[in-house]
Amino acid sequence: MTSKNYSNFRATMAIAKASLRSTMRSPSAVVFTLAFPLIFIVVFANVGGAGVSVDVAVAKNSDTTNAVYQALKKNPMIRLVKGLSNEDITKNLAKGSLDASIELKPQQPMKPIGLTVQYSKASTKGEILKSTLNNIFYKIQSSVYEKINSFSGMKIPDVIDLKETTITGRKHLYIDFILPGQLGFSLLSTGVFGTAFVFLNLRQNLVIKRFFATPVKGYSIIGGEMLARIIFGLAGALIIILTGHYLFGFTLIHGFVTVLNMLVLSIIGLLIFMGFGFTVSGIAKNESSIPPLANIITLPQFLLSGTFFSTSAFPAWLRSLSDVLPLTHLNNAMRKVAFEGAGLGDVTHQLLILLLWGIAAYAVAIKIFKWE
Amino acid sequence: MAQQAIITVKDLVKHYGDFKAVNGISFEVFEGEIFGLLGPNGAGKTTTLEIIETLRQKTSGSITVDGFDIERDTDSIKQRIGVQLQAAGYYPNLNLAELIDLFSGLYGVQVSPMEMLEKVALTDKAKAKYKDLSGGQKQRFSIATTLINNPRIIFLDEPTTGLDPQARRNLWELIRQIRDGGTTVVITTHYMDEAEELCDRVAFVDGGHIIGIDTPDHFIDELVASGFERKKQVKAANLEDVFIAKTGKEWREG
Repeated sequence: MTSKNYSNFRATMAIAKASLRSTMRSPSAVVFTLAFPLIFIVVFANVGGAGVSVDVAVAKNSDTTNAVYQALKKNPMIRLVKGLSNEDITKNLAKGSLDASIELKPQQPMKPIGLTVQYSKASTKGEILKSTLNNIFYKIQSSVYEKINSFSGMKIPDVIDLKETTITGRKHLYIDFILPGQLGFSLLSTGVFGTAFVFLNLRQNLVIKRFFATPVKGYSIIGGEMLARIIFGLAGALIIILTGHYLFGFTLIHGFVTVLNMLVLSIIGLLIFMGFGFTVSGIAKNESSIPPLANIITLPQFLLSGTFFSTSAFPAWLRSLSDVLPLTHLNNAMRKVAFEGAGLGDVTHQLLILLLWGIAAYAVAIKIFKWE
Repeated sequence: MAQQAIITVKDLVKHYGDFKAVNGISFEVFEGEIFGLLGPNGAGKTTTLEIIETLRQKTSGSITVDGFDIERDTDSIKQRIGVQLQAAGYYPNLNLAELIDLFSGLYGVQVSPMEMLEKVALTDKAKAKYKDLSGGQKQRFSIATTLINNPRIIFLDEPTTGLDPQARRNLWELIRQIRDGGTTVVITTHYMDEAEELCDRVAFVDGGHIIGIDTPDHFIDELVASGFERKKQVKAANLEDVFIAKTGKEWREG
């Protein structure tokens, strides 16, 4: 055993391997990196996928052979609820858990179709039913006019000449919005919580002190831990991306290349977030002081960085706040790469802001981080 | 006894601010012996050990370990010593075999985890976590980690504190085996019966000074020669002998 043969690389890998093993057995790491983001994705992908739906109660004794009923049934936006008593309908309309109700009288030839529609002040979606009904009425009337035309030979001029076309394009699903946000959240949790807990734990239990009784260097310990967290974070990112793609139709424009670009962005994000984690581990006095400190960093970004909803819905003052946060820019870069097919060269604006955050995070971490 | 010194400490001083933890300590540890640093809490034993182990900076003085200077050859020293710290933990969520694997990477040596565990009779616990071990098993595992780099010297800081008499005797046996295998052992303890039983030579440390270095036998003879008498008549056995006789020698695992 001579000092010449000592391999810092081997020591670094030994720490990375130990850390990776340890992390995979830690329930909280797996929950925050994978379970939470996947649960959010499943929940929101289903909410978003269904689109808008208007709940319309159909009163008892309604005539379901009625032409209006048949037309409503074909409309994907209208959900018809049958079998409720009149009292229940009134009660639910008042609460807003029903958007409207409709009673259809039996249809008789040459008589007007009898309809009673109730809307609810508690719901704004009644308007959708109203315009849907008007559209149906227009079509029924048109067919009646046509019949009259063919019998009488009298020409009623068209008032409107309608031509409708739909431009085919990429369908922007809600998953395309929610997945990059959840991926960012996963990276943020892994970076901040994972790093902070590990280093505090190693410091408090004198694990690091024991390490320093071996020839290992400090940078090997830091490097090995960071490597383990990057591998773990990337594995999580890959699972999230692939689950989103194959189960929920998450758009990956250039396929594999897009995935690679997203993974590179993930590494950049992780590096910055680990800088926050080192800082938290240095400030925290004990294990129970980590969650509040880490939440100060993660929660505002979770809510303000466009994780669940677009920041464009925010008022201007709030938007300027979210424009400062690193996760906002990571999320934006991810979305551009995944949905618009941008390369890393197209998101230099985001990368530059992330770089500034990285410099700031490590400048603070180096001052605050403690070995003992 | 013309023995060769493997550790030489000269005029070692360590100050923490105004507090003088170690105040001019000099001693030698001979190759192949079990050397005991004895003294009350706060006497400076752990500080002295940690400076020799290269874990702490000294204020002044000089130390050589196996021919290497503590200031210039830190890495060479680290490769030649094995260290057991008081109350040190191990990497969380790993089993014993994996921890040995980790340490062999840190020391840059190839060892078989099972062979290392066999040395301390823990092969059946290879898949267990450190935190699930009994007190005696924990100490034996700690000693196994000190042996990974096949060191010339190992340092054990209060290895038997908190152990029951069986586990303590079991650990003495292990430490003697290590000494007999050619490794020098430096140990601290609060238990004088342990030092008397185990150590080839002991140094008494108090208030940051060394107040005497000799074999346990010489110290006792010296005291007796000065006219010292125990208040209570010494019997041929003590209560610990009774305990061992009644509960058996074999060691209980938690």
